[in-house]
Amino acid sequence: MRFRFSKQRTQDSELEKFRFRIVFAAGAVVLAFSLLIGRFFYLQVIQRDYYTTRAEDNRISLVPIAPNRGVILDRNGTILARNYTAFTLEITPSKIDRLDETIEELGRLVEILPKDRRRFRKLLEESKSFESLPIRTRLSDEEVARFAANRYRFPGVEVKARLFRQYPLGSIASHAIGYINRINKTDLETIEKNEQEANYKGTDHIGKTGLEQKYEFQLHGQTGYEEVEIDAGGHAIRSLARTAPISGNNLTLTLDAKLQEITEKAFGDRRGALVAIEPSTGGILALVSTPTFDPNLFVDGIRSDEWDLLNNSPDRPMVNRALNGAYPPGSTFKPFMALAALEIGKRSPSQTIYDPGYFSFGGHTFRDDKKGGHGSVDMYKSIVHSCDTYYYMLANDMGIDNIARFMGSLGLGSRTGIDIEGESEGVLPSPEWKKRRFKRPDQQKWYAGETISIGIGQGYNAYTPIQLAQAIAAVANNGVLYRPHLVRYITDTKSGQKSLIEPEPLRTLHWKPQNVETIKNAMIGVNKEGTGARAFAGAEYVSGGKTGTAQLFSLKGADYRSGKLKQELRDHALFIAFAPADQPKIALAVLVENGGFGARSAAPIARMVIDYYLLGKLPQGPAKDEDSPEKVE
Amino acid sequence: MFKHLLERFWARLTGNIDGPLLAIALALMAFGVATVFSATYDANNRAYSQLLNMLVGLAAMWAIAQTPPQKLMRFAVPLYVLGVVLLVLVFLVGVKVNGAKRWLPLGFTRIQPAEILKIAMPLMLAWYFHRYESALKFRHFAIAGILLLVPFGLIAKQPDLGTAILVGASGFYVIFLAGLPWKAVIGLILAGASAAPFVWTMLHGYQRKRLLTLIDPTTDPLGAGYHIIQSTIAIGSGGSFGKGWLQGTQTHLEFIPERHTDFIFAVFSEERGLLGNAILVGLYLLLIARGLMISANASTLFARVLGGAITLSFFTYVFVNMGMVSGVLPVVGVPLPFMSYGGTALVTLFLGLGILMSIHSHRMLVKK
Repeated sequence: MRFRFSKQRTQDSELEKFRFRIVFAAGAVVLAFSLLIGRFFYLQVIQRDYYTTRAEDNRISLVPIAPNRGVILDRNGTILARNYTAFTLEITPSKIDRLDETIEELGRLVEILPKDRRRFRKLLEESKSFESLPIRTRLSDEEVARFAANRYRFPGVEVKARLFRQYPLGSIASHAIGYINRINKTDLETIEKNEQEANYKGTDHIGKTGLEQKYEFQLHGQTGYEEVEIDAGGHAIRSLARTAPISGNNLTLTLDAKLQEITEKAFGDRRGALVAIEPSTGGILALVSTPTFDPNLFVDGIRSDEWDLLNNSPDRPMVNRALNGAYPPGSTFKPFMALAALEIGKRSPSQTIYDPGYFSFGGHTFRDDKKGGHGSVDMYKSIVHSCDTYYYMLANDMGIDNIARFMGSLGLGSRTGIDIEGESEGVLPSPEWKKRRFKRPDQQKWYAGETISIGIGQGYNAYTPIQLAQAIAAVANNGVLYRPHLVRYITDTKSGQKSLIEPEPLRTLHWKPQNVETIKNAMIGVNKEGTGARAFAGAEYVSGGKTGTAQLFSLKGADYRSGKLKQELRDHALFIAFAPADQPKIALAVLVENGGFGARSAAPIARMVIDYYLLGKLPQGPAKDEDSPEKVE
Repeated sequence: MFKHLLERFWARLTGNIDGPLLAIALALMAFGVATVFSATYDANNRAYSQLLNMLVGLAAMWAIAQTPPQKLMRFAVPLYVLGVVLLVLVFLVGVKVNGAKRWLPLGFTRIQPAEILKIAMPLMLAWYFHRYESALKFRHFAIAGILLLVPFGLIAKQPDLGTAILVGASGFYVIFLAGLPWKAVIGLILAGASAAPFVWTMLHGYQRKRLLTLIDPTTDPLGAGYHIIQSTIAIGSGGSFGKGWLQGTQTHLEFIPERHTDFIFAVFSEERGLLGNAILVGLYLLLIARGLMISANASTLFARVLGGAITLSFFTYVFVNMGMVSGVLPVVGVPLPFMSYGGTALVTLFLGLGILMSIHSHRMLVKK
């Protein structure tokens, strides 16, 4: 009994002990659960907004929708650049283990030519591996269907509908329009500088040259976005909202595509440039640089062999000669010299000089083209017959500073500001220019003898065809100077509103009307009875012109017979013109590289251009060189 | 007559069933099946098979509830020995799945012997302490410790840290409730803390990574940290009242991994919010309270410590799982009781409930 009692007591105390431990454990449980509830409170109440945002970010992905690029039209509405949709077969390299095998397999479904492979390789080197790169463009419907049936075999390969740029006229006006190509590192910097990164999320092409480059941000448009719900695997589940893209603005040019085409054809296979301007507005009617190239080649990535061909050709088709070729103006410089002389009072129209066929200065003899000279020469005759001696003397009388100041006011030797990037400055010779140009003090000095040949457009003189065109347009427009430009107006695709480019003149040169008349009259004489007469024989309008020849190197008085010289050693031929003389609608500058005398190869091209522009006359084949058995300059 | 038979049948059916425990478990199951339904709604719905699992579990629970604790005691040693032998076999000839050797091939099927230990471990230790009840010495605790550590080590080695923790915890609760001196309890805690650096060196690479990502999940946002980041986003974005049943974006867009099994709490939390969480935790608290009450009123040492240990194991499941899913504990494979999808785990849980019910209904037997 006693033992049992004690056992009972032990058991009771054991039970007490156990119950205490149960209570202790229960306390621990309550504490632990309180901690969990605290954690849930923190996550679900205090941090709720943060996690809600994170959940939304998880769920929603913004997919950019690239806008339609703006269309480029000529002044009559002819389409110069447009877009079309085509299916491309695209590979995302990062999603594929064995790229070569995949391409091999794809080649059994759709035709993949070696050139496609080469282009793909090139793109692969240039881009990041998570980008989707085209292996084949412009799939046929049948090819799309064939791939779609086998799609499951090719993870990381997709058929995409893409917008392609197309230049319907091919190589015509390619130097003016330019082309687009895939965005590279330099382009990315440009995009960043303009704070356009967000807007270029869905874009992979950008204007590289010409108007496509200059008006990139006008043409591009506003990228749209689609809010897509995605799952953890990144697959789109459904579309939540869509902000439509806004198409890029359309450009309407001052350029006349037909005129441009006729002009390019007039050049035939000759290298050269032509810039035709509407004097009263500065609008460019034709901007030609030959040879040209087909901008369509660049659109889906140019093949390397095609690129090499364009880039390494001795004719350099990728160089825009109208803007980047700087040539001595030769005798086309003379009308401007004459106008300068009248304006600063160094000559009067009737003042005559005697030309013995040469001009001596400081022991050096400057020869005239015509052996024995022109005899007695006034200003009219000096232009019509292109007398060198007259201008040797005039340059000497005027001095380099006066020449530089007047030519500078015409825009010669500085960028015209045409709406295309990368224009050259050319060279307007002056003592200041020499100081900038040369390093050694003896080179920096300006010698009075150097002024003499400047007077006939030789020496250091070097101007781009567009500068010459701008200068002659200014003369034709009686001193009111416009910035040459290609875009007439931009049409906002959303509002339909048109904004004009450059309606205001750049500057007005206050020349005396009778001085301008004198020069114009002399230039009319050139085409009537002077060096341009043969090219303009029988024209149904009155026009003014001036021939020029840019010497490539001095023949030191030796007999110059261009026919005997190798072509690439021949002089460059130049011609400037305006028509009709009373109310000029067109002013132009032509340059034919190694064309010999300006009257022979450049003037006939000018005739064709003006004939078409004023009369609508269509030429038969390229311009023929005028036979000129005797020297006419 | 018929009515009488029916009444007897009903009495037999419900005689040993504890109403409160069953009610709480069924309430949890209701939440669980609804959440499994939502988690697997998009493809391959598992809610119905979870209901089947529940029926099997209820049957097992009923059978165990009919068995007096004295009879259960007889299974203690054989079950424990069987479990350990199978664990050794796993170690020797087990099948590796996902880099862990947990499965034993049986020709027609394969089993996870560690599951057996979830019941066998507390059963064995409770039996052991019951046997030496009248004269418990320190060495008994030491031997119990060895009985605990052998299977614990084998399971941790597989590696299956989650199950090892559950088995180890259930054994530890038995030792604690049997009266392990407080000094030893404190000593163990201190020893555990000081052993942490050694444990660190023994951990597998992926386990270390999980611990590191717990401290800063953003160190490996697409790897080990991904689960934690996505589940905390799910919980946090649920807010106070949740996004509504079937409306969780994290769930239905498949951002939550293992969303019908170990991470089901993230699904529940996203769709039911803080309010749902509080109700859920409240239900678990009721379940544990009822279990502890039953244990405190049990008549034998065996029944007391077994019941207490099983009840506290439920707590361990809940705490480790919720802690892991809400980003305060490392990721280990522990299901949420009565919520997570899975037949084996559910049957084991209902077996535990059955044992508690048996203890409760047979509490007066000895005194009688």
